Amino acid sequence: MSDPESLTPAENSDRPDVKIYSLSTCSHCKAAKKFLGECTIKYDFVDVDLLEGDERKAIVEDVRKFNPRCSFPTIIIGEKVIVGFKETEIKEALGME
Amino acid sequence: MSITAQQLYDQMRKVQEPKGYYFNTDRERVFELLEALIANRVRYGYMGCPCRLLSGDRDADRDIICPCVYSVPDIAEYGSCYCNLYVSKEWNEGRTPRDYVPERRPPEKMAF
Repeated sequence: MSDPESLTPAENSDRPDVKIYSLSTCSHCKAAKKFLGECTIKYDFVDVDLLEGDERKAIVEDVRKFNPRCSFPTIIIGEKVIVGFKETEIKEALGME
Repeated sequence: MSITAQQLYDQMRKVQEPKGYYFNTDRERVFELLEALIANRVRYGYMGCPCRLLSGDRDADRDIICPCVYSVPDIAEYGSCYCNLYVSKEWNEGRTPRDYVPERRPPEKMAF
């Protein structure tokens, strides 16, 4: 028998992967991370401003592919790209509504 | 010599309020942004916008040194700058819809 506490929360199991391209200083990025945290949504993030040199260039190119304006946060939820902290769009992409 | 967020708040307020640009009444958010501006000055030598990726080249980022050149049309159109740091009186009073302010800086301005 599984220990219920060790299980991934059911609401996370069939949800798409979430990745945030963010800045460590940006208020919208912080708000987006806080929102996902409060919704117990797991996400990966990279604070692009804390990267340097080639590493930063490579990630900036990745961001541009999703969002040519290269603004932050750029949030990838499954196949969807959400530019900025837009709560309604995030919830929709996560199937929360 | 380093400046505190409160000192920066007092200084900027004195300059911006007479122009009709007010700090967002969400103090926590404002002070978080002011701390970020101070962090950027330590890192890059200038107070570049905390909500944009800075190049480290002051000349290339001149348009996004806070308050950025885009804050004027953004406050005129949306009642708020891109970061929600500076807003209009009407925005603070809830008389302007709080739409998400899109990035106005042309992408070709990014120095990398």
